[in-house]
Amino acid sequence: MKRFTRRDFLQTLAVLGISTGIEALLPAYARPRPRVAAPRRSGRGPVTYDLTIAETPIRIGGRKAKATTINGTVPGPLLRFREGDEVIIRVTNRLKEDTSIHWHGLLVPFDMDGVPGVSFPGIKPGETFTYRFRLRQHGTYWYHSHSGLQEQTGIYGPLIIDPAEEPYPYDREYVIVLSDWTFENPHRVLARLRKYPGYYNFQRRTLANLFEEAREMGFWKALKDRLSWGRMRMGATDIVDITGATYTYLMNGHAPEDNWTALFRPGERVRLRFINAAAGSIFDVRIPGLPMTVIQADGQYVQAVTVDEFRIGIAETYDVIVEPKEEQAYTIFAESMDRSGYARATLAPREGMEGPIPPLRKRPLRTHADMGMVHEGHAGMSHEAMPTHHQEHRMPADTTGHHMHGGHDHHTGHAMMAGMMSGVGQPPGMPPEPQPHGDDTHGPGNAAVPMITRSRLHEPGVGLGEDGWRVLVYTDLKSLHPREDFRPPTREIELHLTGNMERFLWGIDGKTYSEAPEPIRLRYGERVRLVLVNDTMMEHPMHLHGMWMELENGHGRHIPRKHTILVKPAERLSVLITPDEPGPFVFHCHILYHMEMGMFRVFEVSEPETATRTSS
Amino acid sequence: MRRIGVFLLLAALAVLPARQLRAQAQPLVHFMNENTLAFVLFDLLETSPALDGRPLQWDMDAWVGKMYNRLWIRSEGELLTAQRGGEAEFQALYSRVVAPYWDLQVGARFEVAYGEQTRTRAHLALGLEGLAPYWFELEPILFVSQDGDVSASLVASHDLFVTQRLILQPRLEALVAVQEVPEWGVGRGLNRVDFGLRLRFELVREFAPYIGFNWSRLYGGAADLARAEGEATRTSGFVAGVRLWY
Ligand SMILES: [Cu+2]
Repeated sequence: MKRFTRRDFLQTLAVLGISTGIEALLPAYARPRPRVAAPRRSGRGPVTYDLTIAETPIRIGGRKAKATTINGTVPGPLLRFREGDEVIIRVTNRLKEDTSIHWHGLLVPFDMDGVPGVSFPGIKPGETFTYRFRLRQHGTYWYHSHSGLQEQTGIYGPLIIDPAEEPYPYDREYVIVLSDWTFENPHRVLARLRKYPGYYNFQRRTLANLFEEAREMGFWKALKDRLSWGRMRMGATDIVDITGATYTYLMNGHAPEDNWTALFRPGERVRLRFINAAAGSIFDVRIPGLPMTVIQADGQYVQAVTVDEFRIGIAETYDVIVEPKEEQAYTIFAESMDRSGYARATLAPREGMEGPIPPLRKRPLRTHADMGMVHEGHAGMSHEAMPTHHQEHRMPADTTGHHMHGGHDHHTGHAMMAGMMSGVGQPPGMPPEPQPHGDDTHGPGNAAVPMITRSRLHEPGVGLGEDGWRVLVYTDLKSLHPREDFRPPTREIELHLTGNMERFLWGIDGKTYSEAPEPIRLRYGERVRLVLVNDTMMEHPMHLHGMWMELENGHGRHIPRKHTILVKPAERLSVLITPDEPGPFVFHCHILYHMEMGMFRVFEVSEPETATRTSS
Repeated sequence: MRRIGVFLLLAALAVLPARQLRAQAQPLVHFMNENTLAFVLFDLLETSPALDGRPLQWDMDAWVGKMYNRLWIRSEGELLTAQRGGEAEFQALYSRVVAPYWDLQVGARFEVAYGEQTRTRAHLALGLEGLAPYWFELEPILFVSQDGDVSASLVASHDLFVTQRLILQPRLEALVAVQEVPEWGVGRGLNRVDFGLRLRFELVREFAPYIGFNWSRLYGGAADLARAEGEATRTSGFVAGVRLWY
């Protein structure tokens, strides 16, 4: 491991523009020059880390801030392991409140998963909790607090597990942790959103830009479009809840002006491990002038695909390889999805260089496709208009009230709920067919239901795909190796992601977790198709703990495995899951503020029957 | 009967701790959506310097509660700074979300008129509060007074974003009554219509100074009663104030 010398120290200060104080302590990988450190190990025993969570003053963009940190830094230290390692991580809580660490994307026994109230009681002030587990996978991951809004205040860090054999060799690597920082108290941010959901949206459609739009598409068309959104009481500029109005977007803890720099020698293959550790921001990442070859998604190797840009949902990870040939500085540019700000870093042959920073693109607008409307530009999707449209697809009444809530054998309820669904008969791996929404509008917690929900895995998403460059889409992801266990599912569970923007209510099937605490039961070793339907007008990065989600994107056995899936508005998608770890595991939206509003459920995996237990 | 009630209450108290114990065995995660939230909004807090007596007017909404059930407190009124008099009303309502954009509200309303002598009266109130298509905030309420007089009011407003921080708010208030109540200046039928146009600038979302213009007109019996008292039936004037919330 590289030692932190006095020279390095002075350089760090110079780069950060700090002359006094040493508040800006940064983890080794986030310092201006060093590369990712080699794994820390002593002999053949378990790899051990000690992490201390405490409140620490830090500096962001030259401003003082108070963060909750892991070992004094934001992001926390890089934890590095090798596949198959036994791991011991001791986490000490020096805060005045409970804390926790969850290993995002790692397959661990439920009591090592770190979700207070589900996996374990949490870590009390002054206490040390020892996590101990064996690694069953490799790849780029991260870890974060699962307590309250602590993640927003700095408790997150990267985690790398090296594979036994590296399929895509490289000369140099860097971790790029994307995140968002607010100088406000995040509880206040949430309270503001609950009182006024449009609080941070300063990119609305106004009277002033109606005239701009009128010039572009004609006055009547512009007006008609506005009126159609007004009629639905929905905002075409509702892209994210929290924007650059309060967020400073960070790369490895550095604000854009701090210009974190990664060095390369021309001709080298440089691997960049992108992690979106933000609490509320989805980023569009590109390196102008440098194509990126995506080799890993959510820690899983995929068949290499070269793109110019990719969207990274909250909690997702993407590893890319770039091969800069010129002696020039490149900007690693991550625009917030709503274009209200960006994070940037520099990839350069020498310290102190800077590449050009591209201008932010125009903020995107939601379209009627995001509302699940049948025809583009069709203006009749208010609640009032819904029933007439639904009559054509009316199906038997759902007498059980709600489809598949835990406890029930969901077969009966489900068959009634979606009689026309192709159901479990559909071969594994194929995206679901478009479906009209059922009769259940999910109550007042859900503002409107899309008429039609359909697969949008091949679409780049709102605001992308019109710049003339190649954008990664979910149908590009093909697992590097074919999946051995490719059994068809034996049952389906359909969950609707619901919300009411006007009241900042978020839930699943119209209910918050506190309203529906009953777990969804899974049998150990069974094969389940989980169908996710987004009834809202926002993207939700849905994360399942404790098991992989195999995304049915049409590539047969090359089905990609993910731990987090960014579900687009009005989208219907499906994943295959094979629960192979008994215990309760949570499933939730990784927008921290949506999770805190109750977009959260528990999946309870049964104990294996001893006869059927194969391996563990 | 009362004894049975007490017995049931005791039984409930005995069962409660048992349920809590079970809850402790499987502690639930606490989510922020379960937190109680409080909100205070002065939609209007203004003066109209041109008008007689330089009245100070306010319209305040406040609520406290969780996601679906809330206690609302409303107050509106005017204070005549020059003449020492005015009118005020207070409402305390239980509010419950009944549809994605609508709350049903039930409660009480108290009216106070003061000056040379102070009078009060109470009403039952039943109303809706919500957002209609095209972003119209609507507040229709039905009142039944302690004397059995029935009246209804409607407040409608709309926020038109001129720029990101400059907002034009047209606002309409109308009052109708079934019976005539002369001592309160209430006539039968349409009594009063207020129309205001206010342009505010949101320095921050919570604090927005504004200027505007207000038209007010009395109709029918209410107008007759005002004329009999020597008051104007039509008033209009500039207003200046601040909209604030927390
Ligand atoms: Cu969400």
